[in-house]
Amino acid sequence: MKIAVLLKQTPDTETKIKIKSDASGVDETDIKWIINTYDEYAVEEALRLKEAVGTGEVVIVTAGIKRAVESMRQALAMGADRGILIDTEGLTLDSYTAAVILAKVLPNEKFDIVLAGKQAVDDDCVQVAHGVATLLDWPCVWPIEHIELSGDKKSVMVVRPVSGGTKEVFEVGLPTILCCDKGEHDPRYASLPGIMKAKTKPIQELKAADLLAGETPKVKWVNFSLPPDRQAGKILKGEPEQVCAELVKLLREEAKVI
Amino acid sequence: MDYSLTSEQELLRKTVREFAQGEIKPKALELDRKEEFSYELTKKMGQMGFLGAVCDPKYGGQGLDYLSYIIIVEELARVDASQAATVAAHNSLGVGPIYHFGSEEQKKKYLPDLCSGKKLWSFGLTEPEAGSDAGNSKTTATLKDDHWIINGSKIFITNGASKMTGGCTVQAITGKGQDGHKEISCILVEQNTSGFTAKEMHNKLVWRASNTAELYFDNVKTPAGNLLGKKGDGFRQMLATLDSGRLGIAAMGLGGAQGAFEATLKYAKERKAFGKPIASFQANAFKLADCATEIEAARNLLYKACWMKDQKKEFKTLAAQAKLYCSEVMYRVVNHAVQIHGGYGLMEEFPVAKFYRDQKLLEIGEGTSEVQRIVISRALGCYSE
Ligand SMILES: Cc1cc2nc3c(=O)[nH]c(=O)nc-3n(C[C@H](O)[C@H](O)[C@H](O)COP(=O)(O)OP(=O)(O)OC[C@H]3O[C@@H](n4cnc5c(N)ncnc54)[C@H](O)[C@@H]3O)c2cc1C
Repeated sequence: MKIAVLLKQTPDTETKIKIKSDASGVDETDIKWIINTYDEYAVEEALRLKEAVGTGEVVIVTAGIKRAVESMRQALAMGADRGILIDTEGLTLDSYTAAVILAKVLPNEKFDIVLAGKQAVDDDCVQVAHGVATLLDWPCVWPIEHIELSGDKKSVMVVRPVSGGTKEVFEVGLPTILCCDKGEHDPRYASLPGIMKAKTKPIQELKAADLLAGETPKVKWVNFSLPPDRQAGKILKGEPEQVCAELVKLLREEAKVI
Repeated sequence: MDYSLTSEQELLRKTVREFAQGEIKPKALELDRKEEFSYELTKKMGQMGFLGAVCDPKYGGQGLDYLSYIIIVEELARVDASQAATVAAHNSLGVGPIYHFGSEEQKKKYLPDLCSGKKLWSFGLTEPEAGSDAGNSKTTATLKDDHWIINGSKIFITNGASKMTGGCTVQAITGKGQDGHKEISCILVEQNTSGFTAKEMHNKLVWRASNTAELYFDNVKTPAGNLLGKKGDGFRQMLATLDSGRLGIAAMGLGGAQGAFEATLKYAKERKAFGKPIASFQANAFKLADCATEIEAARNLLYKACWMKDQKKEFKTLAAQAKLYCSEVMYRVVNHAVQIHGGYGLMEEFPVAKFYRDQKLLEIGEGTSEVQRIVISRALGCYSE
């Protein structure tokens, strides 16, 4: 069983995001970088699938700059076997170009299953995995919270939560791309033996520019701004009947929620 | 000069921090209140590889450098002193002497279970009437027909009486040297040996979820082969063990200071008085500035001592200095931390209260602050004629 995990390095969700003074992007100076939260669940599921089969390989595939190696090593320390870094130094990728370069790399490796997080917590675009699936013409299920390999190892059964607590169950042929939600298994900690072994595990480097084959981003970033500060709350005073009437009026006319 | 840690050390710190926050923090206060040693957490720390950190992988250890091990202790102590104590004592005092002075046979027999966390091992030096004055210990071991017969008692022995304790490295008088001084040796005594009783000690102010024991030896019969190293080497082995062990206690001071400081900085920015965050009153702000500065200095001193040890350079005096300084930095930091918390700092719901209590051991265990000053001033040549 050969499994790939598409892993993106993103800012820690607790990092306070600052915008560059010329509004051309995010100021990265004080950012703590982590494995995208949902990708960490994907790593955990990949390791569990490999453990269930007993043999195989888990490969971490990352499009990013050199800094992302630190997050890849963390996934290797959790137990993944090797990594492929697609170096994007000097390029600005959008979801489309990211999908293009990933779709160039994945087929060469003949993966059975490609796992990804259901979205990246930085840009929240939710498009790369679908893009890769489209370009490769593979089935894709989003988001999933449970994976089980079939007895003949030719398909997987996946559970997809839908709103209202309903669950959809799919049987999907391989190869496929599956996008992991926060599932039933918490990502494991890297153990000390894992950390020691991680430094000797190979990370192959490819250049994104070589894989783009003339493709260019479909998105242009024009301007960045932070969401407005939350307005101070309003406290209504007076007799209950008066306050209720006033509240209904405000909800209808000012907040426009009823 | 390069102050940066390796990427493995950075990843190690991040991992231990997440483990401590995720696994230990939710349980620490309850375990402390109940004075309960956690087998579950100890087992998990074993699975993480914390219990045989620097030991050679051929005996089941992780083969880490000393600085990496110290980072583990520091990060555990940032969250909970008791779990840090279990790990530090087991590595420095349990695994350390067997790994450094044991025969190949002893290492093969004991180390794999100790490194995997299947068993713990303790180090019995202190006696009811001999702490700082370790040379005055009274426990004896006499060789009789291929066996040592041990009599005496030990007190305050960390990891000494848990259900997973495999045994204790016991310091005992094995005769008189040619110079008339007591001859001291270390002997490995397994927990279930007849005549050996280990009793948990309770009602501690500090490290309440760490296992502390009184040990009694009543004609305990142990094979002659359980002698650690050579007969008469016990005092030297003990001093060498404590040199390294002190780095572990220093790491607990550093980590504890860091934990108390972080909690206090956050609190001071959130708590308001007279319409302003209390951090903005200079009386508090200066305290926080002092804490940050001293923690930085403590970290640099401790890491340098570890670096010297890793480089196989002489580190004994630096270890004593790091132990002395880090534990006293934590003393000053927790004092400020509680003061800045006001009344809430005295309530156990706030983490600084436990840091405040746990700190005190660091000025006493593995050589009191006075003993460290003796070691340092001796190295300065203060007492030579
Ligand atoms: C929770 C806990 C865990 C421990 N774990 C272990 C363990 O695992 N193994 C182990 O062997 N021991 C352990 N100890 C014991 C610890 O190492 C001793 O308590 C310590 O060495 C001090 O010895 P003492 O208590 O006998 O104090 P004493 O030696 O009686 O000292 C009393 C006071 O006198 C001062 N003093 C003594 N001599 C001098 C001098 N010459 N000059 C100036 N001042 C002096 C001391 O600094 C101290 O302030 C532990 C203790 C505790 C509380």
